[in-house]
Amino acid sequence: MTTAAMTADHAAARGAVDYDEGVVRLFTIATVFWGVVGFLVGVVIALQLAFPVLNLDLPWTSFGRLRPVHTSAVIFAFGGNALLGTSLYVVQRTCKASLFGGPGLARFLFWGYQVFIVLAASGYVLGITQSKEYAEPEWYVDLWLTLVWVVYLIVFMGTIMRRREPHIYVANWFYLAFIVTVALLHIVNNLAVPVSFGGAKSYILWSGVQDALTQWWYAHNAVGFFLTAGFLGMMYYFVPKQAERPIYSYRLSVVHFWSLIFLYIWAGPHHLHYTALPEWAQILGMTFSIMLWMPSWGGMINGLMTLSGAWHKLRTDPILRMLVAALGFYGMSTFEGPVMSIRAVNSLSHYTDWTIGHVHSGALGWVAMVSFGAVYYLVPRLWHRERLYSVRFVSYHFWISTVGIVLYITSMWVSGILQGLMWRAYDELGFLQYSFVETVEAMHPFYVIRAGGGLLFFLGSLLMVYNLWRTARGDLRDEKPYVAPVGAAQPAE
Amino acid sequence: MESVMVTKVEKDEITGQSTTGHEWDGIKELNTPLPKWWVYTFYACIAFAILWFVLYPAWPGVDGYTKGILGYSQREAVMERVAEGHAAQAEYRTGIAAADLAEIRADPALLNFALAGGVAAFGDNCATCHGGGGAGNVGYPTLADDSWLWGGALEDIHATINYGIRSGHDEERYSEMPRFGADELLEPAQIDDVAEYVLSLTGQETDKAAAERGQEVFMDNCAACHGESGGGDRTQGAPALNDQIWLYGGDKETVTDVIRNARRGVMPAWEGRLSPETVKMLTIYVHALGGGE
Repeated sequence: MTTAAMTADHAAARGAVDYDEGVVRLFTIATVFWGVVGFLVGVVIALQLAFPVLNLDLPWTSFGRLRPVHTSAVIFAFGGNALLGTSLYVVQRTCKASLFGGPGLARFLFWGYQVFIVLAASGYVLGITQSKEYAEPEWYVDLWLTLVWVVYLIVFMGTIMRRREPHIYVANWFYLAFIVTVALLHIVNNLAVPVSFGGAKSYILWSGVQDALTQWWYAHNAVGFFLTAGFLGMMYYFVPKQAERPIYSYRLSVVHFWSLIFLYIWAGPHHLHYTALPEWAQILGMTFSIMLWMPSWGGMINGLMTLSGAWHKLRTDPILRMLVAALGFYGMSTFEGPVMSIRAVNSLSHYTDWTIGHVHSGALGWVAMVSFGAVYYLVPRLWHRERLYSVRFVSYHFWISTVGIVLYITSMWVSGILQGLMWRAYDELGFLQYSFVETVEAMHPFYVIRAGGGLLFFLGSLLMVYNLWRTARGDLRDEKPYVAPVGAAQPAE
Repeated sequence: MESVMVTKVEKDEITGQSTTGHEWDGIKELNTPLPKWWVYTFYACIAFAILWFVLYPAWPGVDGYTKGILGYSQREAVMERVAEGHAAQAEYRTGIAAADLAEIRADPALLNFALAGGVAAFGDNCATCHGGGGAGNVGYPTLADDSWLWGGALEDIHATINYGIRSGHDEERYSEMPRFGADELLEPAQIDDVAEYVLSLTGQETDKAAAERGQEVFMDNCAACHGESGGGDRTQGAPALNDQIWLYGGDKETVTDVIRNARRGVMPAWEGRLSPETVKMLTIYVHALGGGE
């Protein structure tokens, strides 16, 4: 007889668990709010690249300051709130336990995280930055986030420890790996000495190539553990729930989880190919990136194959369609990543728009789409509504976003490869064929297309906001429901 | 208690797989084995990694790192490429270094090389200010016409590129237009008059009376550098004022502002930043843009 079993005994005796849904509602609202903000700033800076006059000649509105506002808003504000919110929902349901620390600690976590976002973003606009990509906030913001994150770990871990299920569900492994590793990355990469206690400026402990390697160890694993492991946790709950099918393979989830988290942490040096970083570190990083391909795909296979017997639902369920498209984009970008980590490929792709396109196939296609699916799943349940205000609007959102993503990715592929080829083109006498400014001119049409793709993605998110708002109010749109056509393939019973 | 704890293995009707017997919030898991293709592709990736560990530098040690059997070195590889590039251009570069500017222009092979090298160097170093093809920008002279501030002969252009204008270089081209307004050398009314006169030099419609008064001011204050007829003086970089070519603009407001505050534009010296051959090639290129003398 284990402790878990005894706890479970008590649970059965006490009846239903009192889940904290209020904090999940707050996180859901924050997810949608910051998503819209982050997408809007993304559209603005995309337009600034196409039309530099939109920098307005003001320091606060220049591309250099707004770009980290965009990246932090979409990764940490939109993505972060989505991860925190869904993880607190999932951990309670799959552990049959209310949140450890009670509603008070959970509210501190919510508001503490929003304070972090506002402190970080206001600093960027005012020019306060430590100039490390995805780790721009200065020391005082870093310290505050560390406190908030430790509270997050305590709430999440504490809830798992008092679970009334004998086993820990796979979604929670991924969420826990995300929480623990992000804490480690954040602390090590931000070790800094403030110049004064009254000022914002600090100096990073590392210097030179050591700083570069620490930074990209951090930044690549922000992708690996924040944007991959965390969202795989989300996927492992919402895909089987929405498809109403069992997870395809328990064994695959075990093997791909451990191989993913073991291999990912080594891959960072591929961001520093052909630099002052010693070549042995570059090659080591490249080989681990290539070995990472199948562990990454394990999550895609487990998600997609969970639909065995439920594929017909894609016709009638746009939420499931969103989750499945997210897995498709996940598979595509986790194949593209190892390819780009190969030094020969990287010598063409590095520093070009190809990298930007790659990031956005993951960010828009995977992270945002799986989050949209989760939010559409959650809102009717959290606000206790019969269904969404409009299921058809979800379908429109799906198509608008997908067209936007495709425009974004394809324009950046073409632009990036063109840029890389122009940079390395020599004439027959051995002189560079194009000056840098000519390569910038050549990018213009693709920057316009990219901004158009981003704009579509943004408009889709506004449609989502409207749909969710009406859902929360309890409205139902008078619309034709999606019905499976007569004679459609049914699962064998 | 049983409802929670019992491991209940079931058979999934659709796939025929059995479940693991656990359930979380209604989610079950199938006990499907690992897909074979997934396992073998994973092994292949690991084999590739091991092969690379053998071939290339890959692992750190206590003292140094594993070198790999191919003896690859990133630094040596790039030095080889650079050496190849230099070797391919060596003949021409020595030729350019040895010849003077007129000789380069006279030798078709050297001229061809200098023009190709010039356009490449111009794009990355000069076009930012002077525009693609030397088309010019406000404050940055057009290099494709025959209006020159400091001279358009090969030697003039070479000196301007090499030493710069008000650049701080020992050999810099230097001159200073006085700030007639800011330093109160002229009354505001006089500045207005002389501006009217300058505009009249290019036949623009002006206040005739003011221009007449301005002529005297011009002769006393401006003619020493810009010439009595406003033709300019290349030895001082004083622009001609009697043509339609304006560096900052030919409207009354701009002309008045220039007289009041002067401009004193700066061009960096490229000696030391670019190789002597590159400066020569740039000279040939700029000279060939259309206005070379």
